[in-house]
Amino acid sequence: MGIQAFDEIMGQSGSTVCRSELAALGTWIEGTPAAELRRRQQSAEATFRQLGITFAVYGDSDASERIIPFDIVPRIFLASEWARLSEGLVQRVEAINAFLDDIYGAQKILKDGILPADLVLSNPQFRPEIAGIRPPHGIWAHICGIDLVRTGPDEFYVLEDNARTPSGVSYMLENREAMLRLCPELFGHFRVAAVDSYPDRLLETMRSVAPGNVAAPVCVVLTPGHYNSAYYEHSFLADSMGIELVEAADLVVDDDFVWMRTIGGLVKIDVIYRRIDDDFLDPEVFRPDSMLGVPGLIRAYAAGNVALINAPGNGIADDKAIYSYMPEIVKYYSGGETKLPNVETWRCREAGALQYTLDNLDKVVVKLVDGSGGYGMLVGPTASAAEIETFRAALIAEPHRYIAQPTLALSTVPTLAEAGLAPRHVDFRPFVLTGSRGVQVVPGGLTRVALKEGSLVVNSSQGGGTKDSFVLMDDGVMAQSQGPAVQSQSMGGMSQTMGGMSQSMGGN
Amino acid sequence: MLSRTASSLYWLGRYVERADFIARLVEATIRLDALSPRPAGQVAWESALAVTDTVAAFSRTGEVVGQDAVARFLTLDKTHPGSLVQSLDLARNNARAVRTSLTREAWTGINQAWLLFQNRATPGGAAATLALAESVKAATRGFEGAIHRMLRNQTTWFIRLGQAIERADNTARLLDVKYHILLPAGEPVGGVVDRDQWTTILQTVSAVTAYRWLYSDGLQPSNVIDLLIARAELPRSLAASAEEAVDFLTLLAKRTGMHGEAEAMARGRLARMLKTHSSEVIAGGLHQYLERFLAENDELHHAIARQFAFG
Repeated sequence: MGIQAFDEIMGQSGSTVCRSELAALGTWIEGTPAAELRRRQQSAEATFRQLGITFAVYGDSDASERIIPFDIVPRIFLASEWARLSEGLVQRVEAINAFLDDIYGAQKILKDGILPADLVLSNPQFRPEIAGIRPPHGIWAHICGIDLVRTGPDEFYVLEDNARTPSGVSYMLENREAMLRLCPELFGHFRVAAVDSYPDRLLETMRSVAPGNVAAPVCVVLTPGHYNSAYYEHSFLADSMGIELVEAADLVVDDDFVWMRTIGGLVKIDVIYRRIDDDFLDPEVFRPDSMLGVPGLIRAYAAGNVALINAPGNGIADDKAIYSYMPEIVKYYSGGETKLPNVETWRCREAGALQYTLDNLDKVVVKLVDGSGGYGMLVGPTASAAEIETFRAALIAEPHRYIAQPTLALSTVPTLAEAGLAPRHVDFRPFVLTGSRGVQVVPGGLTRVALKEGSLVVNSSQGGGTKDSFVLMDDGVMAQSQGPAVQSQSMGGMSQTMGGMSQSMGGN
Repeated sequence: MLSRTASSLYWLGRYVERADFIARLVEATIRLDALSPRPAGQVAWESALAVTDTVAAFSRTGEVVGQDAVARFLTLDKTHPGSLVQSLDLARNNARAVRTSLTREAWTGINQAWLLFQNRATPGGAAATLALAESVKAATRGFEGAIHRMLRNQTTWFIRLGQAIERADNTARLLDVKYHILLPAGEPVGGVVDRDQWTTILQTVSAVTAYRWLYSDGLQPSNVIDLLIARAELPRSLAASAEEAVDFLTLLAKRTGMHGEAEAMARGRLARMLKTHSSEVIAGGLHQYLERFLAENDELHHAIARQFAFG
């Protein structure tokens, strides 16, 4: 696709001079031979393989566990760019929480006619089972991953919201560890905001939403088990927060409280970061055949005795059909215009939008609202005439099932390809934490890169890789919404308390 | 600590210890076989089956008792729970379930031992089998070394508690079976085969040299029995295993702040053992003594599982 794209380092794809703010990176690239970059990249990947860092980013049931390729050239956000981006992220996540609270409560937004009631109430992601339950502290989406694409210095668009159990944060942390080890000189050129406080921030978020007035709330990570493709991330997070990694069999619900079985007896649990989908969470309420869930968990949750992170039912907030209404949703709850726009979307259920789509089928991307993984999708500029006609017929027959979007020129970042550095398209998933003391954007995130030339598909199953994402602290305009990014060793690290100091194993 | 984690660590310890024991048993039996005139060689392999409690399982294979068949059966056969490869499989599964509680060195020790048996159909002849046993011993030594370098907390205590219980079981059964074979043999005491049998016992518990240091009056059955039952200096003696079980249960009680039935039972057992002389054991019947010991060790295992809610 001969689209001229914004290059985040060079300014324009194919430019030979860096953006002036990032000149130091240009000097570094010029001063480091491609062979040396490749050696460092291989060293990073070898470490990931040893650690067993594998998972499927989109949470599909990918059978095979693979290492996602790592690219050594970082992507860099200027402090001022990041500050504006953070404001938009905070506004969006606050709106998502307000929307969920409303939808499972008074449903004012439906009564005010902002979005069609049937779109919500007959949506499979809407969970009538939990309507009327209020999560502790009224927070639903504690951990959000907002997928963004970029087309210019300050032009960011939300591609997708992830308000259920967004994964990938271990990549953010491990990629940074690899860069600190392999390219320490870069951190001399740039003052990069630290991401290693993420586990501390997450634990603080979890503690802040504990029900009642518990002095030292017990928090755990709930995993489906070590056969799950994201198990590495689950154990990594539990270890770095210093809390237990539990499976359903370790938990028991008694008298509407949740307990874990330990060698010292049953211990009451206050907060669960669950990495199990709603469907499998509690066989008494959702799928009765679930072996991964904890019977009675929703009862304890409804009684207000345990906090679930993220809350069940969040799927209604990140659903594709709801996505196109997000600008209206943000405006409804925040009272202002959305700072972080959606990708322009034509809802074909509306006559004008349908007509526009039909008139521009060779230019737009058409998607099924309930499709995923690139199925049921038309990319106009690259489609054949026959494919276009097939979609034209389908659109006319069932317009409500489709949306259309412009084909975007995704930004690029120089990436180590076979013949040396070359621009490759990227997207971005920042992580936003919401606790009872407010919303914070972690200064970093997961950058995914389409390693194939010209490809816009960053999905790891289709040749995507990852990069480290630097957020610069330099021009002193750190986002208002986030705490100081302290260069600290994370304190919550040890999962195992130190044993007695004596060496003697024998004497008693 | 989660009960599930504790259970996996305990069983990890048991299965690693069992794998190590089977490797040493096979090694010692090959030596005994090589030294003995026929049909003593066959007796050696029969007793190896008896020690691992697999006589019935082996007879189901329909094979004739002899080095090739029994060595393969004890190392590579997956149809019964008493083989080396089964022990390592189970040890590795438990280690995987608690992977993040272990250091990389500890995991590597298990994994290396396990890898020795992947895609292997036969242990090979005597020399190859000895080399295989040596590799297993090296890997389990590596694992034990790694365990001693880990934080001294519940994680290592549960692994080592499992090892202590398994070790007590293995040593008691080794002594029981060998003694059983030796008594009715009709051979003159001190004969060649007799002597080799007693040496085999010492080899299996890695105590040939230790015996020479502790006893000056040559190879005497009563001394071997004394060494394996009452001498706590020997790591694989019943006394040492009983002592270790008490040590780790005490440490766990301190950590959890709870004293349980297993700890009390282990203390009672140790107190009785410290008062027992090996001469009394022989006079009162070694076989009866060992049977009681094995039953009590098994009870202690169940008490541990109950106390820590292994489920």
